[in-house]
This record gives sequence, C-alpha cells and structure tokens, in this order.
Amino acid sequence: MYGILPYAFGAILALLVTASGITATLIRLHPTRNYTSVKLRIQTWWWLASLLFFSLGFHRTVAVVVLAVLSFMAFKEFISLIPTRPIDNSVLLLAYLAIPVQYLWVSMAWYGMFIIFIPVYVFLLLPLRMVINGETKGFVRAVGTIHWGLMTTVFSISHVAYLLALPAHAGAHGEVRGEMLVFYLLVLTQLNDVAQFLWGKLLGRHQVAPKVSPNKTVEGLVGGIITTTLLAWLMGPWFTPLSPLYSLLAGVLISLFGFTGDVVISAVKRDIGVKDAGRLLPGHGGILDRLDSLTYTAPLFFHFVYYFYY
Amino acid sequence: MRGWFGASLRLLFVVGVAYPVVLLWLGIHVRHRERLPSKGPAIIAANHNSHLDILTLLSLFPLLSIPNIQPAAAADYFHKSWWLRWFSRHVIGIIPVVRGAVQLGEEDPLTECYRALEAGKVLVIFPEGTRGQPEQMAELKAGIWYLAKRFPHAPVVPVYMHGLGKSMPKGTLIPVPFYVKVAVGNALRWVDDKAGFMHALREQFHKLRHKVYIPVEDD
Repeated sequence: MYGILPYAFGAILALLVTASGITATLIRLHPTRNYTSVKLRIQTWWWLASLLFFSLGFHRTVAVVVLAVLSFMAFKEFISLIPTRPIDNSVLLLAYLAIPVQYLWVSMAWYGMFIIFIPVYVFLLLPLRMVINGETKGFVRAVGTIHWGLMTTVFSISHVAYLLALPAHAGAHGEVRGEMLVFYLLVLTQLNDVAQFLWGKLLGRHQVAPKVSPNKTVEGLVGGIITTTLLAWLMGPWFTPLSPLYSLLAGVLISLFGFTGDVVISAVKRDIGVKDAGRLLPGHGGILDRLDSLTYTAPLFFHFVYYFYY
Repeated sequence: MRGWFGASLRLLFVVGVAYPVVLLWLGIHVRHRERLPSKGPAIIAANHNSHLDILTLLSLFPLLSIPNIQPAAAADYFHKSWWLRWFSRHVIGIIPVVRGAVQLGEEDPLTECYRALEAGKVLVIFPEGTRGQPEQMAELKAGIWYLAKRFPHAPVVPVYMHGLGKSMPKGTLIPVPFYVKVAVGNALRWVDDKAGFMHALREQFHKLRHKVYIPVEDD
C-alpha cells in the first residue's frame, strides 16, 4: 500500500473502534433503549471498510473487479425493484453484459471508449434489441428505466474505477496515485452521509425535501457541507493533486451532490413504494441504499479532477 | 445409485450449480428459514414458476442434508430422454410423478413419494402441478392431501418464492439476474376435511405472497 494510505486506514480503524465503543457504552448506560439499528449499521461499516482495504491493498485489478461486482449487484437491485416486461429479458441480459464490458474498458484505460460506451452505444443498442422483440406496449418506459439504471449503477460507479487508471501525478506531499483519489472520494462521500445524518439528528428543524425524503433537514445538509468541505480541504494535499482552493471546491461538490444522489434514489424508492432497495447490508438496506450518493459524486468528482489536472 | 456415490453427485450439483446460480447470479432473501423442517418425514409445498424453483429450494437447506431432500416432479417432462431421466433422478434427486388421471389397475402415481416419506425423507412438491404463468399461482391440486393422508404426522410446510418466474419463465434457458424473495410459512397438519385442508394451504400461500411481493400498479 502506497504513501499515506496505511495511515489513512489506521484512522478509519480508530474511527470505527470509537464508534463501536460509543455504541457499546450507550447500550450499557441505557439498557432499555433500542440501539439495534445503530449497532447493525456500525457492524456493516466494519465490513465495508474491510472491503475497501482489501480492494485497495492489492493489485488494481482486484479493485476493478470488486467495483464491477458492486455495479452488478446495484443494477440487479434496481431491475428487481422496477416493473419489467417479461419480453425484455433478452434486453436485460444485454444490459447485464454491458457491465463486464464497461469495466474492461476501465482496465484497458481506454478513456474514449469508457466515456461513450454506455451513453452512446448501449443507449442505441437496447431500443434496437427491443424492436426486434417487437412489443410496443410500454416501450418508452422499459427502454428509459433500463438505460437509466445502467447510467446510475454502472456508468456512474465505473468512474470510481477509472480513477485507478489515471496516471500518477505530483502532489504537495509526494506522488498521487489512483488509489488515493478513490480513498478520498469514497471516504468523503460516505462521511458526508454520516455527517448529514448526525447534524440532522442534532439540530434538524426544517425539512429540505419533505415530499421526497422527510428525514432530511436544511440543518443536516448545511452541517454536512461544512464538515465535508473542511475534511476535503485537510485531506486534499495528501490524497489529491488539488490546490487548497480546489480541495475546498471538491468538498462542496461531494457534499452537495452526495445529498442530491441520496434524494434522487429516495425518489425512485418512494415511486416504487419501498423503504430500502434491498436487504444485503444490515442496518443500511441494499447496495443501492449505500451507493446512492456515489452515483452523483463519482462522475462529478472524476470530471472535476480530470478537467483541471489530467 | 445408492450410498456415498449418489449422495456426492447430489452435493456436487448443489455446490457447483444451485449455489452459484441461486446465491451469486440471482441473490436470495429468505424469511423464516427456521421454519423449514430439519428432518423427515416432512412435505414442502412450494409454488412453481420456473425450473429454477428446484435449485432455489435445494439451496435453502443445509448442504449435508441435501441427500435427504427429494423433489417430486412431472415424469412426462423429465423422462423425455434417457440422459435427462438419469440426470434428474440421480443428480437432482427427483422423484418422477405421472401426471393425469389414474387408469383402473394402474399403480398409484404417488407410490414412490410414499416410499420416500417412509424412509424419512423431506419431500418437495409443487401442488400447482405445472409452472404456469410467470408469477401467478394456478389452482392447487388435491394430490397433496392424499399424500398427507398417508403420513398424518408429517408437517406440510408451505414455501412461496417470488422472482424466479421473472428470471427464467417457461420456455427460456438463460436465467436473468433478479433478486429472489422466499417466505416459509407455518407447518400445516393433515386433516380429514379435504376442502378445509386445501383452503388452509391456499390461505397460507396468499399470506406468504403478500410478505414478499411488491404490488405494482398497472397502468
């Protein structure tokens, strides 16, 4: 593991030990109160942090394969939630096939293909396959939902993987590698979720999107933005080639659009009438419930860094 | 093909085919797995929409109990060719049941099922008799009542599976990845009142279906 990353994982370990310690103390102090949900959530965080460590600790291919599997599971969750027409099974198989292909472009570091494959080629191919099947009832909805699912769960998430394919770049404290950018993006996105949740619990008064996500508050959002931006500014010189000003901007970008991704997926779930997209991650819901903010922050952070520095 | 060789063929099938397809390719969430009987004689009554149903049901049980689980399935389908007959019987562990009315003087089509239950096996049957329309339940056939009549102390455990008919409906060969939800119901016991027994079973399926199914408004 390169550069600052071992220390960074040490910090995550310390954070999780603290979180588990606080929960254990709370449970002991208030044995009558129910802390099951918090406990489950923190347990799942341990698993997710281990997965990140495992992904970034070895060869890059491991991380790319892990991300491809996450995209597969997130897309499967999405497809299982939305209504699909039985006739579209062949179209869905093609859509699934796009997942390994997209990550193949990533591992080849073929930027041109990576960036147009799903938005152009798959976009044009899926309706063609549907026309061959010949069912026109529900055509627009089917082609729209399937492609939207691919864009959010595969195209967006694969930007995390493409950070690994970026060449090494000089930073303020030595060489910056893709693994460090991935760490920066993932940790800030997830901590932003936690910070918004905690600030909302602490100070939350005014709902920010009452119709879509009644638990989200203006206070939580603002608290999250301040916390994440501060952290982004502190971590920037160590993990990215960004200047202090650009680190601040990256923090605002990640916190603001992390929130956006979260409420967009909430809107999808509300439309379908479920609370969680799945049950794979105890205390959190499904993969999609955890990746929701990343579907926005991954492509936006990637292009921010890519435009200014690569 | 008895003994360790037959048993290892079946374990190999579950580890090499059922687990990868059901647990990795599809993904499964089970409610009330603890209600599944751990030993026979017992009858599992499941809804039937897809060939994946048998794989899914096999993946619900602990691996080492697999040789003790025997699905009953339509003889006419699995006896289409000699290799399918061999494969279904020895690798999947299927008990063939002849569908349709019994002619006078013919053997009871459930004979082999009786024998399995006598031997203390867990028998898996699909009371709808056919895979039918995707994600819709057909009328339940009364065969299960006759079966339970012979073994009034064997529990009849209903299992409802959602998503398999979407993944691989009748007539298709490649399963499309969809998350599958399974709900296991409370065990029923045989009662003399046939209509009452069938009604109770239908009610159980109805309740389980509501536990796993997200209603979607059609427009």
